[in-house]
Amino acid sequence: MTAIAPAHSVALARSAERRRVRAAAPALSGIKGRSKVLRFVSFVLGTIWLVIVLGPIYYMVLTSFRSTTQYLTANAWLPTGSFTLSSYTSMFHGSGIGTLFRDSAELAAGTIALVAVLSLLSAYRIVRRGSRFAAVSFRLILFGIAVPIQAIVIPLFFITSKLHIYDKMYGLVFVTAASLIPVAVLLMVNYVRLIPRELYDAMAVDGANQWSTFRNLVVPMARPVLAVVSIYAGLGAWNNFLLPLILTQSNNDMVLPLGMYRFATNSLYGINVPVVMAFVFFTMAPILVLYIVLRRQFVKGIGGFALR
Amino acid sequence: MAASTAFLRDSQVARRSGYDTARRRNFLADLLGVSPTLALYGAFIVIPTFFALFLSFTNWDVIGPLKWAGFSNWSRFFSDPTAHHSLLVTFELAGLSWLAQTPLAMALGIFVAGTQRYRAVYAAIYLVPLLLSTVGLSLMWQDLLFPQFGGLAWLGLHLHMTFLSRNWLGSSDLALLTIVVIIAWQFVPFHTLIFQAGRRAVPAELYDAATVDGANVRQAFWHVTLPQLRYSIVTSSTLVLVGSLTYFDIIYILTLGGPGDTTRVLAMDMYNTGFVETEFGYASVIATVLGVLGILVAITLVRFTGFGSMEGGREGIS
Repeated sequence: MTAIAPAHSVALARSAERRRVRAAAPALSGIKGRSKVLRFVSFVLGTIWLVIVLGPIYYMVLTSFRSTTQYLTANAWLPTGSFTLSSYTSMFHGSGIGTLFRDSAELAAGTIALVAVLSLLSAYRIVRRGSRFAAVSFRLILFGIAVPIQAIVIPLFFITSKLHIYDKMYGLVFVTAASLIPVAVLLMVNYVRLIPRELYDAMAVDGANQWSTFRNLVVPMARPVLAVVSIYAGLGAWNNFLLPLILTQSNNDMVLPLGMYRFATNSLYGINVPVVMAFVFFTMAPILVLYIVLRRQFVKGIGGFALR
Repeated sequence: MAASTAFLRDSQVARRSGYDTARRRNFLADLLGVSPTLALYGAFIVIPTFFALFLSFTNWDVIGPLKWAGFSNWSRFFSDPTAHHSLLVTFELAGLSWLAQTPLAMALGIFVAGTQRYRAVYAAIYLVPLLLSTVGLSLMWQDLLFPQFGGLAWLGLHLHMTFLSRNWLGSSDLALLTIVVIIAWQFVPFHTLIFQAGRRAVPAELYDAATVDGANVRQAFWHVTLPQLRYSIVTSSTLVLVGSLTYFDIIYILTLGGPGDTTRVLAMDMYNTGFVETEFGYASVIATVLGVLGILVAITLVRFTGFGSMEGGREGIS
């Protein structure tokens, strides 16, 4: 058994090990538990960091519900004085936020689809490869993790101009997806590797070809990692600033981060702090809701390749 | 063992008849499965990487054609005080970011790896900065730090904490430090995740053994936790260094490299030289330096940690 599928057993053993460690978690604080002082100090310091994390966000939300006069006169940190939705209404009227949302949603959806499909398809062939081609490709793709995107924006600007996909949504989708592909492929490969070989053998006995094995075995099995990669790609696309800044120009395809930046640097609205804060909070809200619903997948999607 | 090898040999003999067709079919499947990814990745990551180097030997101003420039851009880089200053600021930012982020993230990661229920809740909240877009986060901090009217200035005025009422982003001796703090606020949560996972993977037996040996909390940290976290430390440190060597977004949004050129890091210098002054040839020199710095540090990561073992999937393949 071990001789036939050594790596698979190793992978299984490794995941069993991980499960065991998690199960043994209560014993983790064996030594720590001895010191009540240390526990209390940890609690205090941890809470201070909690305040540092939440403080700016609380300030932003509080300010967004104030009028400009209230912003200048009321207590900056306590919910005193009167509140209003006027910042949100002027944001809706002055920023073209509807089209910004639509463009960002297009970018995110396109990027997620492209990254998820391409990375799963290639991860399947990398794991079940029948030639050196897939092995060499994988090495080349892994190299991309090391390439900082800032270093290649000038060639990207040049190439997209020459290909006439500069300032086009699908051009932006292609480049954004390409920048996320290396980590996505790595995440997928690490997951697809865990599919037991016996299942492939069973598919082969049933006479399935490569495509139907992919369709009926790999895709259903990979559903959890598809969620993780989608979040990784979706966040990367939704929050990206540099690529839209370099690769788009007109208002037609302006995405949220860029629109938000232009809005805030526009002298008409930029000086209106409550409206800018309303804008920021409004664009953060959908992600926050998704995070609350899908926390586990978010943690893996955010951690990317750094967690294994 | 011998039996199973014999079995493998037999099955190979049995397959021999259709072997070449099967191999060709496998290669075709590889080609169909991997090529689309490779095409996209090749066109927009691999080719641009080498193209950046090529462009550094040319002059291009968007409107005119590419002109060969030889080594003139490179020799200009070596005698350009602005570029040298940018390089210095970049290293300063990387060093300060490491000091600000890695020890803090390690402490927080060990903290949230603990078993108390409230720590799981804290861990979930700690991640919130990563959900904000960089633009949103920068604008939030800009208004918080706004001189006179911002939240911090308010505290300074009303609670008589005058050290808070400063022009955080507008004064040349504070701007870089302020940027370091904002970047840390954004990325410490990410590194906390790394250390949390690292701490959780330390086998409990090691602590049991340390307890038996009579180790106290501090000794257990130095002799068990820290050595066991070395992989997390190298991963996190490298990501902090690569990230801050190439950092752009917050600086562009908040200071544009100013005041003066106190926060003009390499990436900012490249953007200004290229996209503002349209000297794309010279900007490509800066971009190449940036890329080489980033890749060198990233390769160090692979070397030191055996990150390459991620390709270890090879052994398991049919």
